[in-house]
Amino acid sequence: MTGRVLVGVKRVIDYAVKIRVKPDQSGVVTDGVKHSMNPFCEIAVEEAVKMKEKKLIKEVVAVSCGPQQAQETIRTALAMGADRGIHVEVTGKDYENLGPLQVAKIFAALAKKEEAQLVILGKQAIDDDCNQTGQMTAALLDWPQGTFASEVTMEGDKLKVVREIDGGLETIKINIPAVLTADLRLNTPRYATLPNIMKAKKKKIANMKPADLSVDIVSRLEVLKVEEPPQREAGMKVETVEDLVAKLKEGGTI
Amino acid sequence: MTCITLFRFMIKNKIIGSQFLGVENVLSQFKSICGEDRVSVGQAVREQHGRDESMHRCCAPDAVVFPHCVEEVSALAKLCHLYNVPMIPFGTGTGLEGGVGALEGGVCFSLRNMDKILDLHMEDFDVTVEPGVTRKTLNTYLRDTGLWFPVDPGADASLCGMAATSASGTNAVRYGTMRENVLNLEVVLADGTIIHTAGKGRRPRKTAAGYNLTNLFVGSEGTLGIITKTTLRLYGIPEAMVSAVCTFPSVQTAVDSTVQILQAGVPIARIEFLDEVMMDACNRYSSLSYPVNPTLFLEFHGSEGSLEEQVKTTEAITQSNDGSNFQWAQDAETRNRLWAARHNAWYAAQALRPGCKAYSTDVCVPLSQLPQIIVETKEDLIKNNLTGPIAGHVGDGNFHCLMVVDPNDKDELHRLHAFTDRLARRALALDGTCTGEHGVGLGKRSLLQEELGCHTIHLMQSLKYTLDPKNLMNPGKVLLPFSRESRQG
Repeated sequence: MTGRVLVGVKRVIDYAVKIRVKPDQSGVVTDGVKHSMNPFCEIAVEEAVKMKEKKLIKEVVAVSCGPQQAQETIRTALAMGADRGIHVEVTGKDYENLGPLQVAKIFAALAKKEEAQLVILGKQAIDDDCNQTGQMTAALLDWPQGTFASEVTMEGDKLKVVREIDGGLETIKINIPAVLTADLRLNTPRYATLPNIMKAKKKKIANMKPADLSVDIVSRLEVLKVEEPPQREAGMKVETVEDLVAKLKEGGTI
Repeated sequence: MTCITLFRFMIKNKIIGSQFLGVENVLSQFKSICGEDRVSVGQAVREQHGRDESMHRCCAPDAVVFPHCVEEVSALAKLCHLYNVPMIPFGTGTGLEGGVGALEGGVCFSLRNMDKILDLHMEDFDVTVEPGVTRKTLNTYLRDTGLWFPVDPGADASLCGMAATSASGTNAVRYGTMRENVLNLEVVLADGTIIHTAGKGRRPRKTAAGYNLTNLFVGSEGTLGIITKTTLRLYGIPEAMVSAVCTFPSVQTAVDSTVQILQAGVPIARIEFLDEVMMDACNRYSSLSYPVNPTLFLEFHGSEGSLEEQVKTTEAITQSNDGSNFQWAQDAETRNRLWAARHNAWYAAQALRPGCKAYSTDVCVPLSQLPQIIVETKEDLIKNNLTGPIAGHVGDGNFHCLMVVDPNDKDELHRLHAFTDRLARRALALDGTCTGEHGVGLGKRSLLQEELGCHTIHLMQSLKYTLDPKNLMNPGKVLLPFSRESRQG
């Protein structure tokens, strides 16, 4: 296969940051907070770049949907080895309401437009934990999907995918073109080194809007409230098992 | 220790004079500075802050405070200074020389809540961090920028703590130790004064301005002040890495290779030595099949082109020194496999005698003296029936015996202690130092005197007296105590 791979990269709040909920409970605080590429997207990019290095595919295109800052995430993908980027600009309220279905529609449109052979995404984003975009994209394209991939091998004109599932590992063989979603153990993403970051500045990022792809991004979901989990309260010590049972009954637990 | 006992203890040891109002008063003043829930006298918390990862017994402080900012640290220090309460700074508690034990009681300043990464300047290759930031946290934060902080002492230590102990690590041979990589420090002195050793906010790559106070505090192990910010020198993440392994018939040939590699100008990033006892332990622990011989583990950083040249030159040198089985790899999985022995050395050593405790010695000598000291040390180990596989940062002349001892065997502990003293003195006799990277802490104070000689030690004591006349900053560490009378003055 000497085709093109689309890799989706999402800009999310960095995994090491302590998340705080906004006082008005409309969402989490994002201003001034460190953002970076979603860890599963890093794994997706790494897999695509590895495939290119093995000469299994010809070109890696990194795609991100979001405001201006999404370009930083695309630049990181370029520094890891992607060839060019596509920034689908979505801002303001539209961005706040952007969810898996709209992103899947955008990716499906792009996959057709770019004549991609493969779409690789992270299995889920660490901010919404939806785990839907890959699957929806495959459905919209009517392509086979290899989700939760922990190993991907090319076998002729098919892909062998080992999937991580609750019961263990499942191995499937799917036709190309296909959608893959990367799970944790698929690979260890490389660091973007300074020389590569410099080279990435010269790579091209195309700009477009969802309308250019004839995609309607109106959301059918409305976030009503975002709140923190209840504060953990101090425990109490009891002397005997009878005390324990009495306290549990008192608290309505049993 | 209850409040009353603390009060009596402090009176008895002349830590507080008759003007002292009462411990409850001090604690409540602490709380009004940093908050109710940021002062703890709970036994578990105090014990946690009275020990590190050395074999020194726990010496719990009388209280632990958790300030949030340098202003709080300063206010707390002023209070401690007024009431003559000892202060012990605490980062991650990963030290190896008992540096956090509160030998004379006092207050432990746990700085873990000051955990901000401030002022990253990518084009200038510098960043400023607070004491709660560990080196892995910093490198994770920097991962998108193409920069990293390479000093790697093994543990995920606080960077300010690493500055306080002048930490080093496996890649010091290429990137240097903390001494070379700290540009500026913010320090709270014993009386609460806040200073910036190179001037506030300053971060030139080099300077000739005034006395080098930055490097006075680097390695001072909390005895001169509390480090509340450190400005660090960053480096570019290597474009590519190659790891290699090579086995040698003797320690001499391994060290000769090291010297020649450095002389050839190879900018080697890591060059680690494991003796045959260690290789055997690693084989057993990880079911590997390395030849049981002195072995060098090497790592090269650079661009693809330069790596090829570095590896070629190095391979030729090892071959000319009777090295064999030279294997190298560039991809992450194979590199990890080649270096597996080195990575697991600590655990492999402990696994030699399950149920025993492990203790790492630490001396450093000029490279040319390394074969002699290692050979003599191995003979000493055998003669005294001690388990001590050797791992060393051979490019710096620094090596560790990973001693595995039965903590209940008094005789063995006695032999261990005698052995480590002889080892340190052996290093001193060969123009070296009694501590390459772990610091002096509690256990090496007399050795430091032998190493430096009385005039130099007196100068260090004078500096200590100038900065901390009441001897409140981590008393009992680095320098042997001066007379109690001086504290009353």
